Amino acid sequence: MNKNSVPPIPLLNNSCGLSPEEIRGLLERMLLIRYAETRIAQRVQEKKIRTPCHLYIGQEADAVGVCAVLRNTDYVFSTHRSHGHFLAKGGSLEKLFSEVYCRKSGCSGGRGGSMHLCDPAHGLLGSSSIVGGCLGIGLGPALKSKVLGLDAVSVVFHGDCVPEEGIWHESLNFAAIKKLPVIYVCENNLYAASSPLEERRIYDNIAQLAKEHGLPSEIVDGNDVFAVYSAAQSAVQRARAGEGPQFLECRTYRWLGHVGPNDDIDKGLRSYDELVFWKKRCPIQSLETWILNKGMMTQTELMALHNHASKAVDQAEKLAVEDVPPSADTLFQNVYYGEAAK
Amino acid sequence: MIQQSNRSISYGLAINEAHRIALRNDSSCFVIGQGVNNPWFVGKTTTGLQAEFGEARVMDTPISEAAMTGACIGAAMAGMHPIVFHPRMDFMYLALDQIINHGASWSYMFNGNVHVPVVIRGIVNRGGEQGAQHSQSPFAVYSCIPGLKVVCPATPYDAKGLLLAAIADENPVIYIDDRWLYDEEGPVPEEYYTTPIGKANILRQGTDISIIAASYMVKEAMAAAQLLQNEGISCEVVDLRTLQPIDMVTVNHSVAKTGRAVVAIAEWESCGVASHVGRMIYEKNFRNLKAPVQLVTLPNLPAPASHDLEKEYYPNRDCVVKAVQECW
Repeated sequence: MNKNSVPPIPLLNNSCGLSPEEIRGLLERMLLIRYAETRIAQRVQEKKIRTPCHLYIGQEADAVGVCAVLRNTDYVFSTHRSHGHFLAKGGSLEKLFSEVYCRKSGCSGGRGGSMHLCDPAHGLLGSSSIVGGCLGIGLGPALKSKVLGLDAVSVVFHGDCVPEEGIWHESLNFAAIKKLPVIYVCENNLYAASSPLEERRIYDNIAQLAKEHGLPSEIVDGNDVFAVYSAAQSAVQRARAGEGPQFLECRTYRWLGHVGPNDDIDKGLRSYDELVFWKKRCPIQSLETWILNKGMMTQTELMALHNHASKAVDQAEKLAVEDVPPSADTLFQNVYYGEAAK
Repeated sequence: MIQQSNRSISYGLAINEAHRIALRNDSSCFVIGQGVNNPWFVGKTTTGLQAEFGEARVMDTPISEAAMTGACIGAAMAGMHPIVFHPRMDFMYLALDQIINHGASWSYMFNGNVHVPVVIRGIVNRGGEQGAQHSQSPFAVYSCIPGLKVVCPATPYDAKGLLLAAIADENPVIYIDDRWLYDEEGPVPEEYYTTPIGKANILRQGTDISIIAASYMVKEAMAAAQLLQNEGISCEVVDLRTLQPIDMVTVNHSVAKTGRAVVAIAEWESCGVASHVGRMIYEKNFRNLKAPVQLVTLPNLPAPASHDLEKEYYPNRDCVVKAVQECW
């Protein structure tokens, strides 16, 4: 990606008029994701967590900014990189840790692992580790809203490689022709596993393509939580009002490699300079700087939020470690929903 | 099962009636597919539904098999009971990722916290010199996938009963109907009823040999049994009705009684459901068998277009008669 096309260090502008409580809520949610992911990375390094973990550090503003405008009755679909979406939509930290430890009390009972998180009570109906897997599926709750006359919307998070799949185009066209309340959120972190965007696309034109399919499309600085929130709010309002599907491209960067706790720089897959460039655009630090400059909180108050997130992670991990694995006699359970094991 | 009804309607109209009842009874049910009003695509099986229930619940779709199938899988996750149809099973392959990686796995992968009560209807439409990509009946492709149920009615009664059972089921059900059966008439009660999924049906009692068949080949098996009666061979005909989970209890009970078996399913032999049924018969009935199990299947090659080659390709009642005669 040409560095001219990526945003400068976010300066943030509270154009939505978020209250101090709401802003604090956004920061708390981002910190929770950052601390959870950092801990998981450490445990993967120590080989205490074995399920392949695709970590979300660096992208926190996207999940948090979008999910903050959603209701419990709205639906969300996620990807292999699902921890951030799960926590942002209100998922339980304990159930996340139990699932990545593949324990019985995990959100998927230890059957899903890191890539398959769900939280139907908050509308997260699952996450797929197939690229583009939920693009069509995300149309489903939007169809439900249309058939039953409801105002719930469906949000589909996906990576920047998904427009390379046929189902991306099928789904956007389908949503547009049927005028469905679905919001496609493309988190463009510039890489598909280790393949950079410019080696995969002839043009840097994802949002433009979405527009050509009939979806109002916006590109936002994905490291600026206010910008993400503001764009998501407009998109969700339009979708809810019956104006059809919407598209949001969040330009961001993941600090760690495609999978696991390393940054892939030693493997020659990315450059150190690039990582440094993006770390200067840390979504959390940017928000904290803004908060301090506005005098909304003191450094001490910010540190208290960090401590709180860190302790919550300690507690959740402790419960997960103490939890038991799913018992062998449940191996066949739920192959067919609601039917006895065979 | 006793099918008590004075009314006789066609297999195609029985499917239509099942849709109508489901759409009337259940506001969470909707129907979507390519050519919902097009007789070339669906015969009369969805005729009139859009006029009665509106375009929001009976939808034509863009030519996007994966997206529309995914949409129905996603709607089912959100509590709806959709029916998505594919006018030919050949086209349904384009949706396999959605069906196998997603629909079939979801309940297990999320430990039952989210499940997928969707009906995916595949229409078999072979013959007529349509060639390799408009003629397939790949039952085994779906029957080997954990989490899917696969039903394939052979009679008008079950065409309605199995569709209503599929809609009522909380799991993804592949419902496969065959256009060669659309004009078959038979007794169909007017009211709501279901045919149990996972239960085979003995359509004809016999003592000398069991013919186990599915879908269109049930009709051919019944005709063959009639012809063989004239030769003094008493055939029992078992209509599998469901291919996954398959009712091997009924099959093996029948074979234990007769000691001989022919399995007739019009799909490829290699790794097909007929081969699987044969294997399961050997497992339980090896010592009761008086002759090797015979299979009547499609030969292992793509469907040809030429009518003369088609006649060689598709099995019929004569093939069943011949297979039965091989057992003595």
